[in-house]
Amino acid sequence: MITKEPLTNMITEDKTSTHSPRINLKFVREGMGEEDIQKTMVKVDNLSVYYGKFRALTDINIEVKAKKITALIGPSGCGKSTLLRCFNRMNDLIQNVKIEGKITVDDLDIYAPDVDVVEVRRKIGMVFQRPNPFPKSIYDNVAFGPRLYGVNKRSKLDEIVQQSLMQAALWDEVKDKLKQSAYALSGGQQQRLCIARALAVEPEIILMDEPASALDPIATLKIEELMRELAVHYTIIVVTHNMQQAARVSDFTAFLTMNPDRSGMMVEYGLTSQIFTNPRDKRTEDYITGRFG
Amino acid sequence: MSTIQQTLARGSISFSRPQYWRRKFTNRLMLSITGIMTLIALVPLFWIIGYVIYKGGQYISLDLFTQMPRPLGVQGGGVLHAIQGTLLLSVLAGIFSIPPGILAAFFAARFPNTPIGIAVRFGTDVMSGVPSIVVGMFAYALIVKVQGHFSALAGGFALALIMLPTVIRTTEEMIKLVPQSLREASLALGAAEWKTSISVILPAAANGIVTGIILGLARASGETAPLLFTALGNERFDAVAIVTNGINAKQSLWVILQRLLGQPVDSLPLTLWKYAQQPFPERINQSWAVAFVLMLLILTLNIVARLWVHFRSTKIRG
Repeated sequence: MITKEPLTNMITEDKTSTHSPRINLKFVREGMGEEDIQKTMVKVDNLSVYYGKFRALTDINIEVKAKKITALIGPSGCGKSTLLRCFNRMNDLIQNVKIEGKITVDDLDIYAPDVDVVEVRRKIGMVFQRPNPFPKSIYDNVAFGPRLYGVNKRSKLDEIVQQSLMQAALWDEVKDKLKQSAYALSGGQQQRLCIARALAVEPEIILMDEPASALDPIATLKIEELMRELAVHYTIIVVTHNMQQAARVSDFTAFLTMNPDRSGMMVEYGLTSQIFTNPRDKRTEDYITGRFG
Repeated sequence: MSTIQQTLARGSISFSRPQYWRRKFTNRLMLSITGIMTLIALVPLFWIIGYVIYKGGQYISLDLFTQMPRPLGVQGGGVLHAIQGTLLLSVLAGIFSIPPGILAAFFAARFPNTPIGIAVRFGTDVMSGVPSIVVGMFAYALIVKVQGHFSALAGGFALALIMLPTVIRTTEEMIKLVPQSLREASLALGAAEWKTSISVILPAAANGIVTGIILGLARASGETAPLLFTALGNERFDAVAIVTNGINAKQSLWVILQRLLGQPVDSLPLTLWKYAQQPFPERINQSWAVAFVLMLLILTLNIVARLWVHFRSTKIRG
């Protein structure tokens, strides 16, 4: 399913083609067909989001597949991040927000009145655009989540911290300085620390809001490799402005754009290989070939 | 043709035309006026500090810090009672003002546009402008009048009201400085709002909050007016004796606390104010010494606050 060739090689080969508007198809994982599509993890039905009177999203319908990477792409302001923040109810924090429609995770409606937001956010972790570690030690950053859920035994915490950092491909770099401030790490390391922090509470789904946009190309590469590794165990939904990145890492892609009234809508959703080679909609084609946005 | 080309074509580029001297002169004149005015503004500051050090420094002795006051005409004696009183009043003011101040600041920072949030901000602005004697009258009416006697408790309460706006305002500003992304990170992990406030926002803002508290204490411990109707002054107040006698007599903690807080106490500014009015040279000399101690105390608190910020902020950034 996953190409044997390491991602690093593929990207170094691509250096020439980054200037070309055409996406190099080599990055789309080959050999993935309909038979690989597993069960639906997140189902969005007719979702509309309002900020006060302003309609930010209109009638979104998506089925996010389990243990796959789904990329949300589209021009700035089209509501990608708003959609992403609906999945773990982070939009609840904004005043005057109104959500219509239904989002089910594992067949459970996350906006049902008896739902505990804490449980939703525990099952659905989030990584933000800019690395945002707490001003605490590396260890305490990762242990923050487990401690919230009542894990206080030192040996258990040590185990979780080590495992999460290993999963986030950061363990070897920080194992000797777990007590040091997280701020002493580089930007890319901080972002992987934030991923480790999200993994430490054993989520099912990880939301990533442009996780590499504040990082240099090498750190970006590491994050992308990490995403591929994590997709073996986790469902990942990623917002990205970088089309090559969407093509490189994702299995599915949803293209969103703006209606004339500035509210976001989904134009097309499908296998990444299909969206980037054979888009059904003219607007998708224009966007991915760089004629718009 | 551009302007530069035109100028070059005329061949008349010059950086020292005669009309520029006026510009230079005006510049120098304004600069010297600013400099002189700055010096004038600094004169009273250094004059006060210098004069207090000169006058007070002469009468500073170890006795001042370790002895209770002696009757007039008897040599020696100190202001230990006032030092103990200042400490007691400061502790009380801290207990009364820090918890509600910090919690109110959290509320105002989290819900800035709600009626209570607006009320907190408006209230602190007004409160920091209320004359301190009015605060003293308020504490008098609320505590002294009801209890029927002057007490350290009433004095501590009055000083707490003086401290409160500083504590609320600095804490609120510090909470606002904590990046929103940290709050989001915590909430996205499933932490409740209160948990996020305690384990993420409070530690991140702690330095600034501590600074605010120290500056508030510095301000409150220098106040005289709020204590005139509340703590009143008490030359025989001896906290150490009350506590040791209480322990020896096997009194309960409650009784000791009552004796400690239930009677009038003195403070450094209050003693300074009273001694300075007396016609006896030894009292006046002592009041200079008290002024010196008081100034040293407030200066130290301010320096500690600054060093704290400096030390802690460099440590965290690593």
